[in-house]
Amino acid sequence: MLELDAINAGYGRAQILRDVSLTVAPGEILCLLGRNGAGKTTTMKAIMGLLPLMSGAVRFKGEPISDLPAHRIPGLGIGYVPQGRRLFGELTVAQNLEIGLMVRRAGRDTLEDVLGLFPRLRERMQQRADTLSGGEQQMLAMARALCLEPELLLMDEPTEGLQPSMIEAIRQVVVLMRDRGTGILLVEQRVDAVLSIADRVAFIENGRNVDTLDASALRADHSLIERHLGV
Amino acid sequence: MLATLEGAVTAAVLALTAVGLSLVFGVMRVVNVAHGEFFMLGAVLAWWVAHLAGGHAAVGFGLALVVAPVLVGLIAALADVAVLKRVGYDPERTIVATIGILYIIQQVTLMTYGPDARPVEPPFNTRIPLPWFEFTDQGFALYWPWGLSTTSYKLAVIGASGVVLLTVRLLMTRTRIGLLMRATQLDRETALAFGIPVDRVYAVVFAIGAGLAALAAVLIVPISQAHYLMGGDPLLLSFIVVIIGGLGSLPGTVVAAILIRLSDGIISVFFSPTLAKILATLLVALVLVFRPQGLFGGARA
Repeated sequence: MLELDAINAGYGRAQILRDVSLTVAPGEILCLLGRNGAGKTTTMKAIMGLLPLMSGAVRFKGEPISDLPAHRIPGLGIGYVPQGRRLFGELTVAQNLEIGLMVRRAGRDTLEDVLGLFPRLRERMQQRADTLSGGEQQMLAMARALCLEPELLLMDEPTEGLQPSMIEAIRQVVVLMRDRGTGILLVEQRVDAVLSIADRVAFIENGRNVDTLDASALRADHSLIERHLGV
Repeated sequence: MLATLEGAVTAAVLALTAVGLSLVFGVMRVVNVAHGEFFMLGAVLAWWVAHLAGGHAAVGFGLALVVAPVLVGLIAALADVAVLKRVGYDPERTIVATIGILYIIQQVTLMTYGPDARPVEPPFNTRIPLPWFEFTDQGFALYWPWGLSTTSYKLAVIGASGVVLLTVRLLMTRTRIGLLMRATQLDRETALAFGIPVDRVYAVVFAIGAGLAALAAVLIVPISQAHYLMGGDPLLLSFIVVIIGGLGSLPGTVVAAILIRLSDGIISVFFSPTLAKILATLLVALVLVFRPQGLFGGARA
């Protein structure tokens, strides 16, 4: 469903990604693992069209999307949960969700469905987003992305800095979305946070992706992780 | 009393102009040095329209009230797409670019409209005498002294500005396009990642900002006159107001406009205009030192 074909990208002249290739299938969780500065977030931005590609192509459902202007990409059905949440802080919870709903002109049903997944947000609809707790903000960032009824969900370190109960709540939603057939690309630094839910794991290092392995293989043999992450 | 009223008229017009500047800076992070020229262009276009329309003064003026802001808005949108977008909205380069736009607009006006100052007739202009009171031997008495008066048009300018400012506020807080503008203002990249056509939002914001300046100018030409160099003062005062009020804060801008203009009017009458300017500039300096985000600006990086 999502295919990265040898993409090269970076900021200005500083190239970050070198020949990165990945695929994500519907109903699959691909976890992108790598250390700080390996190029995980840059990969996400390149998919969303927020960074111009130097070469290579991003294809979504077989169609090349890397030539589209950035604002057209979410409309195809790609939801993005950015690193650090990046909520519209001065807007209310309801307004943040409305922006998500507008992307694909989703209606009331979608909103109800999303609020069903995150009941805590329903109590806070008129509250400013920057007054929410960290966990609630992360829920809102996910809910906002789910409001566009994504076929593909990109999540950049969604569990960063959260307490275990919040991590568990978010993990359950991720698994539920996978079971509904959504393709999920999940970026993480911490292996244990994702190993239990990932289907496949791609390692990225210094802007190159080294290897893609089945998560089951990693679960069976922990030494593989240590070799790839070099910790 | 008279100084207060005159001050209120110019304050209303200044508030409109400054809100336009503040909107552009708030959403686009562009310091629009050409803002005063959009103001001037509004006044000059108002003269053209009123001149061409002929007939009763109200017809020409009413037409100018619609045509001038829309036309200036279109010119601004064009300038945004043709110039500002090309320099990538880089803060320093947009300042230089808008200085360029300033001179282009100013000199083209000089070449076509000429160096004269020309008046536009107000649509209605009845003299309204104002009462004054005095304690005499008979006690409290009201009387109408000669020379103490205002015109219905001046009151209408204050009213119209109020309505427009309220409309802008409702546009920003209640409508879809307002939501898109605020989202773009808060986080441009995330706005893009949620399908907001940031380029188009920018063009619209730039057009609305310029349109507000033009509208303010149309309102003021029947009182002052249209001249190709008239853009300088409103630009400077708008910056003062926006700095004092806090960038991007609509109520702050309005309050600061009233504060600056009223104090300007009153101090000019009782002391000297120069002192008024000195105090206004001093206030800007004090605000920048002690409250850099402006009196009403929220704390932000």
